[in-house]
Amino acid sequence: MKKTIIAACMGLTLVQPAIAADFKPAVVYDKAGKFDKSFNEAVFRGAEKFKKDTGVEVKEVEPTNEAQVEQGLEKLARRGSSPIVAVGFSQANAVSSVSAKYPDVQFTLIDMVVDNPNVHSIVFKEHEGSFLVGALAAMKSATGKVGFIGGMDIPLIRKFGCGFEQGAKYENPKAEVFTNMIGSTGAAFNNPGKAAELAKSQFDSGADVIFAAAGSSGSGVYQAAKDVGKYAIGVDSNQNHLHPGTMLTSMVKRVDVAAYSNWMAAKDGKWEPGVEALGLAENGVDWALDEHNRSLVTKEMEEKVNQIKADIISGKIKVHDYMSDNSCKY
Amino acid sequence: MKGLDRNLPTWVNVGLLPLLNVVTALLISAVVFWLIDVNPLEAAEILLYGAFGYQEGIGFTLYYTTNFIFTGLAVAIAFHVGLFNIGGEGQAYIGGLGVGLLCLALDASVPGPVLLLLSTLAAALFGAAWAFIPGWLQAYRGSHIVITTIMFNFLASSLMVYLMVNVLREPGQMAPQSRALAETAWLPFMHDLFAAIGIEFERSPLNISLFLALLCAFGAWVFIWKTKWGYEIRTVGSNQQAAVYAGIKPARVMLLAMAISGALAGFVGVNEINGVQHRLLLDFHYGYGFAGIAVALMGRNHPIGIVLAALLFGALYQGGAELAFEMSNVNRDIVVVMQGLVILFCGALEFLYKPLIANMFKEKTA
Repeated sequence: MKKTIIAACMGLTLVQPAIAADFKPAVVYDKAGKFDKSFNEAVFRGAEKFKKDTGVEVKEVEPTNEAQVEQGLEKLARRGSSPIVAVGFSQANAVSSVSAKYPDVQFTLIDMVVDNPNVHSIVFKEHEGSFLVGALAAMKSATGKVGFIGGMDIPLIRKFGCGFEQGAKYENPKAEVFTNMIGSTGAAFNNPGKAAELAKSQFDSGADVIFAAAGSSGSGVYQAAKDVGKYAIGVDSNQNHLHPGTMLTSMVKRVDVAAYSNWMAAKDGKWEPGVEALGLAENGVDWALDEHNRSLVTKEMEEKVNQIKADIISGKIKVHDYMSDNSCKY
Repeated sequence: MKGLDRNLPTWVNVGLLPLLNVVTALLISAVVFWLIDVNPLEAAEILLYGAFGYQEGIGFTLYYTTNFIFTGLAVAIAFHVGLFNIGGEGQAYIGGLGVGLLCLALDASVPGPVLLLLSTLAAALFGAAWAFIPGWLQAYRGSHIVITTIMFNFLASSLMVYLMVNVLREPGQMAPQSRALAETAWLPFMHDLFAAIGIEFERSPLNISLFLALLCAFGAWVFIWKTKWGYEIRTVGSNQQAAVYAGIKPARVMLLAMAISGALAGFVGVNEINGVQHRLLLDFHYGYGFAGIAVALMGRNHPIGIVLAALLFGALYQGGAELAFEMSNVNRDIVVVMQGLVILFCGALEFLYKPLIANMFKEKTA
């Protein structure tokens, strides 16, 4: 029986060059898995939407350790999948080495840049979106104190926090910003209990709006805000609907749209290598205003935030990117 | 060794009973697969093919096996002295840190072979030190080793995150990873070795640390059963009072066993950092320390059993990944369920069939 499989697989490798040019989209999630209620899941939604709209199957790989990331990418490349979307900055090294080995395969890396002629890198300007919600938080705050709760203490999350702080200080130079990180391992993105406690202590210190950039830990922050009747700001997806009346807004990062449009472009033969930095101007990040938070955001606030947004896009306001020099001095 | 029935032939204890347990676990996995509309036979075929059917698969299987041998031996050595070292995760992590620090400091100045030797020593030293502290707390302060080693896993991961984020991270790199090590710090890959003697072998992470693992397994056998220290360890493990009466100082023996245990776990760092990743990063150790407990239980704390059990776990890891890759309705969580069932039956329920088998043998001999 094994022999037949081996034979079948040899057959596969023989016909591989012929199908390599075909459009066979694939995605490799990062180690958090596709149901992380946050970043990977957004890509998963993009993949589902793409399947529904086009009827084309998207091959999915969920690695469980570092070695499987490269293994998965390479296997997909060998089987002729293209473009292969790699989710998350942690795959950068793997994408860099596999893409060099398979120059005919298209790779799309989300959240990090790899400079190879067959790699399309998508990064987001999270600091710009965080700046907006920071400014809105400072407008809403009665106490002049706002809070930021990050998931895992890594530069990417500090980037959110730094943007938020700049926004708050821009709106109210005397604003006080409390910052806490939930933890130091990946588990911090999945610890709503600790997130809720940190939120409560920030509320006790006088904060009345808290921005959580903490994956699925965020739900703890939102619940805590609801319990004490204060406000919270969601992240990545539009989370306004979770607790209407509590969720001031959400800083959305359109990973799903990015993945979806990338596959679409490839399907139409318009896929191109290069770096795509999605900020406010490109609608890659934004603040969310819908029927769930309409009552919390006055017309005046809305105008002000949109003015700031326009100023950032035009370059009138410069938002410092934490990761450009690993510090939050602006 | 506790749990072994002296009335049963050895082949039953170390062969038949584990085999029955594995078969039971696989049968229940088959039911799970059937429930989610996957043909269990087809799944088994893909799993076996993925693990052993082609060169890259074999390479991955043996690469995982290498890690499991290290952590399995680590747990076993501590078991022999009567301590349940569940800190293999942390010790492996810190062992890798030792490798990383040494190579980052010296890879520009020290020639390859010396560097690799030194980094292997660093892995052992760092891992040993990380196990030594809980061992000391247990031996001299009575802090329970299960609690302290678990806590040390968390300390290890906090320390690593701190170092990777604030100290060792490559500038300009978003992921908390160090710079790549110079090639002098790389262990030769098996496929490169094979290529050197003219045999073509597909690329895989398998490197020569597999030999180190097998050497450790042999060394552990000699150490436990052929040396004075091994004798002391086994004596303390089976009866501390008797050991004291025989002039053995249990505290020192425990420290020795824990240090060796930690050193063995630390070698995971050699396989991962020198062998595969070639840079220091987060979570390279993930899961191997805990799986090592199941490997040791299943291998009956004997090096031969551990090597075999490690191979089984390696095959499950690699075959499981292949399964998740090939079948769209098998995701990685189902693979974890399958591995969990094997652990459940081989670890927690390891003596499920013993009364039954013992009865059968009694009837035969009566």
